[in-house]
Amino acid sequence: MNIINVFEEDRMDNTPDEEVVEPIIQTKDVNVYYGDTHALMGIDLDISPKRVTALIGPSGCGKSTFLRCINRMNDTIPTCRMTGTITLDGENIYDKKIDVVQLRARVGMVFQKPNPFPKSIYDNVAYGPRIHGLAANSTDLDEIVFNSLQRSGLWNEVKDRLDTPGTALSGGQQQRLCIARTIAINPEVILMDEPCSALDPIATAIVEELITELKERFTIIIVTHSMQQAARVSEQTAFFHLGKILEFGDTSEIFTNPKVEKTKDYITGRFG
Amino acid sequence: MNSLILIVILMLISTAAFIFGRKKALNAVNGKVSALHSLPGHYGWFSAVISFLPGLTILIIWFLFGNNLVDNFTLATLGGEIQNLSDFDRALYMNDIRNLAAQDAISRPVTEAMTNAAHYYLRTQENISWIFALSAIGISALAALFSIRKISPDLRSRNLLERLILIALVTCSAIAILTTVGIVSSLIVETLRFLDHVPLTDFLFGLKWSPQTALRADQVGSSGAFGAIPLFAGTLLITFIALLIALPVGLLSAIYMTEFASRKARAIFKPLLELLAGIPTVVYGFFAALVVAPAIRSSGEVIGLEIASESALAAGLVMGIMIIPLISSLSDDVISSVPQSLRDASLGLGATKTETILNIIIPSALPGIVSAFLLAASRAIGETMIVVMAAGMAANLTANPLEAVTTVTVQILALLTGDQEFDSAKTLSAFALGLALFVITLFLNFMALRVVRKYQEQYD
Repeated sequence: MNIINVFEEDRMDNTPDEEVVEPIIQTKDVNVYYGDTHALMGIDLDISPKRVTALIGPSGCGKSTFLRCINRMNDTIPTCRMTGTITLDGENIYDKKIDVVQLRARVGMVFQKPNPFPKSIYDNVAYGPRIHGLAANSTDLDEIVFNSLQRSGLWNEVKDRLDTPGTALSGGQQQRLCIARTIAINPEVILMDEPCSALDPIATAIVEELITELKERFTIIIVTHSMQQAARVSEQTAFFHLGKILEFGDTSEIFTNPKVEKTKDYITGRFG
Repeated sequence: MNSLILIVILMLISTAAFIFGRKKALNAVNGKVSALHSLPGHYGWFSAVISFLPGLTILIIWFLFGNNLVDNFTLATLGGEIQNLSDFDRALYMNDIRNLAAQDAISRPVTEAMTNAAHYYLRTQENISWIFALSAIGISALAALFSIRKISPDLRSRNLLERLILIALVTCSAIAILTTVGIVSSLIVETLRFLDHVPLTDFLFGLKWSPQTALRADQVGSSGAFGAIPLFAGTLLITFIALLIALPVGLLSAIYMTEFASRKARAIFKPLLELLAGIPTVVYGFFAALVVAPAIRSSGEVIGLEIASESALAAGLVMGIMIIPLISSLSDDVISSVPQSLRDASLGLGATKTETILNIIIPSALPGIVSAFLLAASRAIGETMIVVMAAGMAANLTANPLEAVTTVTVQILALLTGDQEFDSAKTLSAFALGLALFVITLFLNFMALRVVRKYQEQYD
């Protein structure tokens, strides 16, 4: 019940837009297999641009697998097979013409555990821009690093020690560094796989605030185990269960008036 | 009494002590195990160990000093003229008595005194062995009784046993350490003796190695030269060539194994690569001498180069092949210990596999790779068999890999092979070379360990 209270406080801000927006990502009949395990079954989902979409559901229901389909990170798992189509801006990202490397520059990812490179803070943020040649000279690069750190709210904390290792930051700072690293390549979509699960409540609050700011510029898809988090940060929520989407809709609808019994049980904490 | 039988008897005593100790502990609490401080087995082991150790100690004393004791008793019975002999001659005389007792040939005519001494020797030996054996059995039995008497439900036998195990572990590691200390100190002592013959600066900085010393003062070509520089230069040259081959091949194959190979390919290639490590070095040696060296020579002839049939290049190439598995399996370990999350992060930012390897994986694994490199270098420096067969014996001071060179290990081998005087500068120089080699490899291993330690801190 607590969750619903949390949501209702925020309701005024989260009022869903009535206008129809063209989805940026569309998935059609996505099936994923790990060896013989059928992990995702016929996923159809439309993701709206410049919104936060939360994927919720019990452990092992396939939300992270689905997330990793969107930037084709599952390609790195040898036993993983995928059928169906996922389009980004109308283009099938599983088409042979698509360059995975370019795709991942358009669809950034923030991982569950903060994973800064064992390099300096500056080099961590500059890594992506350098690889993709986004900066013509070092002034440009400085600019990108500054903007990314600024937008991730880390600039004031690290501006005097950009040359110290990123691994020496606190957990929450590391995760914001990873977000800065991702936005430095200016992706269209940012995938977040339980970005706060390794963080303390204060760091979590900061990252959630950051997510709310980031949706001005980026489309964000976030996997989370925290109902409160989904209610606080997202406009749309998909409820995954045993490899299927049982319910998808505006977050306000899902949390106040779930249509499926299972969803209701899950968000009220009766299972999961 | 036969010492083997004695050991069996001691074991029987301690087995009995185990059984009775365990039983006593159980009886003391009427079979209620929870009332005991430790498990019944702990009491059994406590008694068994306490009863076995004193007997074992006496057995060890017997092995170490028993023969000495018998010798001294025998010598004491002999007349004054023997007592007055020098230590060395008396030892020879005693040796003859022992051989006579064992009915071996001896180096002097057998006198009645000697026959008597031999008989006395045998009798004393018999008596002393009985004394030792019986006292070992007696003390063990007493210790068994004592330990069983000590047993009560409150006895902390589990803790005592724990301490005994600790002592056993410390003893074992002490043996390893003391052996090293012994080897090193013998090297140092012999090296100091060598330095009596040859000044340290001549040895360390001399440019000529020709370890022939005169047997007679008037002999021709008798002045030995003990400058170790050509040997170390040869060693470094061959090691350098070997690492030049092994480092790229080993590292790149490790990268292939960890980053690119499918599980199936890895299952085939990795054991095959490690098979290289299983080939005895002597096989590599004749492969180098019979296949690689002639091949290099004939290919040199084609382009008009004169290449010695024993060349540093041949030895270095084959040694490089030998240490490929060392480098690849060590690098494989460090590369696979780079967290998957870093790979994901890099790939997730749109880096290609190669960019990820160059920018993230190799820098992260670099300390481990460096230490693999240093360990491989110390392995190559200490390697003997391949260079004996392929690199030759000529101590040329050259940086040309096409000429014959020799290494420190080869010279040590040559110096100590065959019948040699043990106090000549020639043989003693082997110890000095050995010590120098030891210091170098110790330094390399030390550096490798330090680098590894630094690396471990990185992900903790």
